[in-house]
Amino acid sequence: MTALIRPVFALGATEFRVALRNRWVTITVALMALFALVLSAAGSAPTGEVGVDALSVTVASLTSLGVYLVPLMALLMSFDAVAGEVERGTLSLTLTYPVSRSGILMGKFAAHLTVLTIAVGAGYGLAAIAALATDPEALTGLPALVRLFWSSILLGAVFLALGYTLSAIARRPGAAAGLAIGVWLAFVVLYDLGLLAAVVADGGGVFTTHALPWLLLANPADAFRLYNLAASEATAAASGLGGAAQTIPAAHALISVLLWPVGAFGLAVAALRRVTP
Amino acid sequence: MTRLTLSQVTKRYDGVTALDAVGFTVAPGERVALLGHNGAGKSTLMKIILGLIPATSGQIKVLDAAPGSQAAREGTAYLPENVAFHPALTGLEQIRLYLRLRGCDPAQAMGLLERVGLGHAARRRIGTYSKGMRQRVGLAQALIGQPRLLILDEPTSGLDPVSRREFYAILDGLAAEGAAILLSSHALTEVEARTDRIVILSQGRLMANDTLHALRRQAALPIRLQISAHPGAADQVAAQLAGGRRNGVMVDLTCSHHEKLTRLGHIAALKGLIEDVEIIPPSLEDLYSHFSRRDDQ
Ligand SMILES: Nc1ncnc2c1ncn2[C@@H]1O[C@H](COP(=O)(O)OP(=O)(O)O)[C@@H](O)[C@H]1O
Ligand SMILES: [Mg+2]
Repeated sequence: MTALIRPVFALGATEFRVALRNRWVTITVALMALFALVLSAAGSAPTGEVGVDALSVTVASLTSLGVYLVPLMALLMSFDAVAGEVERGTLSLTLTYPVSRSGILMGKFAAHLTVLTIAVGAGYGLAAIAALATDPEALTGLPALVRLFWSSILLGAVFLALGYTLSAIARRPGAAAGLAIGVWLAFVVLYDLGLLAAVVADGGGVFTTHALPWLLLANPADAFRLYNLAASEATAAASGLGGAAQTIPAAHALISVLLWPVGAFGLAVAALRRVTP
Repeated sequence: MTRLTLSQVTKRYDGVTALDAVGFTVAPGERVALLGHNGAGKSTLMKIILGLIPATSGQIKVLDAAPGSQAAREGTAYLPENVAFHPALTGLEQIRLYLRLRGCDPAQAMGLLERVGLGHAARRRIGTYSKGMRQRVGLAQALIGQPRLLILDEPTSGLDPVSRREFYAILDGLAAEGAAILLSSHALTEVEARTDRIVILSQGRLMANDTLHALRRQAALPIRLQISAHPGAADQVAAQLAGGRRNGVMVDLTCSHHEKLTRLGHIAALKGLIEDVEIIPPSLEDLYSHFSRRDDQ
């Protein structure tokens, strides 16, 4: 057992050190903190809404922010993971050590997930402090923030694993970077635009009532948003999101949020297995 | 008992036969040089030995196990061609990682770096290293855990002559302790005195597999005799010896090993006409070309 864990830990510690040196830790923490503070400031303005505390309002804005920012940070950290090592020639070297391919990925995954956790924790933590400072009722929004925190980490895990997959398929850092941007656009922007266009064209027909909920659950970014909005009525109310979020049970969204990281990591391992160094 | 046994190893990429029925062995304590021009198949053969890519056909035994198996990986060290490492890590951090991956004490890292002459730069980032220094980091990781088989792909490319000598001195030590070493190079001059046996690959085919001494004998390349005639006598010397004239005073002859003394006798008989004679044995380049081009002739 230790023989299996030891290389993962060693690779993870090294990868984390690289993330520190490459300023990924600084950049992601600064980015999250900045946006969280901006959103808190915007959310603390008196809105006149009844029964919604300041933190719940912030959580709703953080959900919309996280759905863009967390996948982007995850892809930026992961696209080079395999392609960079192929280019430097270190992948073939590491593979001659008594380490498995899944072990190599797990090491990188652990390190990158740690960086994301620090960044997201710092951002959301600041938002919580800001909300608590302005509104004594804000504590009621804390469970929603905690839920947002761990589901953001899971969302990050999905896009880290997708980034490794692209990196293994592309085999060159430049190509992997292009694919990463493409995946981010596809999942986070274009997918929703496509669904929106379909809904408009459908005019409330079968597509909207039957296919749409499943299509939303099939996208990890949408499932993340739905889960956080559906699980908290206050948040849903604050975000003003009706329709789709209310027809999809939070449990379904949760299943998607939990399954995606596992599936995506499996995909990454399969892609790395196909790389011949 | 051998550490590495290859027999009938063939590798085909669609259309290209990178290796064609290659077979040889490497025994403990033996240093074998794998020579070949660019694209001869050296790196491909090494990757097959390491289990990084599969052979199309043939048998390979690495430390009595299958290539890439746990047992083979535990006892084999590899130095890839042009390995670059992560520029953000220091040499010390990089070697510590590789020690941990082999289950060795990371505290050995400094000793290893000192052994390859990198002690002074151990705490600097690899991004600031020269190519030769990165090559030394690669060598340091190959020394981890007393490997029983070392596979070194063009290990001395990028090293200056002094570093090269130090590198071969380290290899001598490893071989003396019983390690089997297979290293590739594209220059015979470089591995000449530092290896026990020479394997020559050309376009994926094994052209030679023997000691340098035996290869010389086998090739039986002609010896060149270069005669400097007295001014004005060159034509006469050339005519008498049936040799070719090069310029005003030089006459060139070639002869086989066993004709050498007879030819020298002929030359000595003309001593009134000549100033000097030089005997030029076949060079390593001649020998290498002989073996790598054998088929085209
Ligand atoms: N992945 C590959 N696909 C197709 N051909 C390859 C591949 N790798 C190597 N080759 C070919 O195999 C031959 C041997 O290459 P290589 O082993 O790298 O030679 P060397 O290391 O002796 O310079 C070359 O003709 C090369 O083009
Ligand atoms: Mg090569």
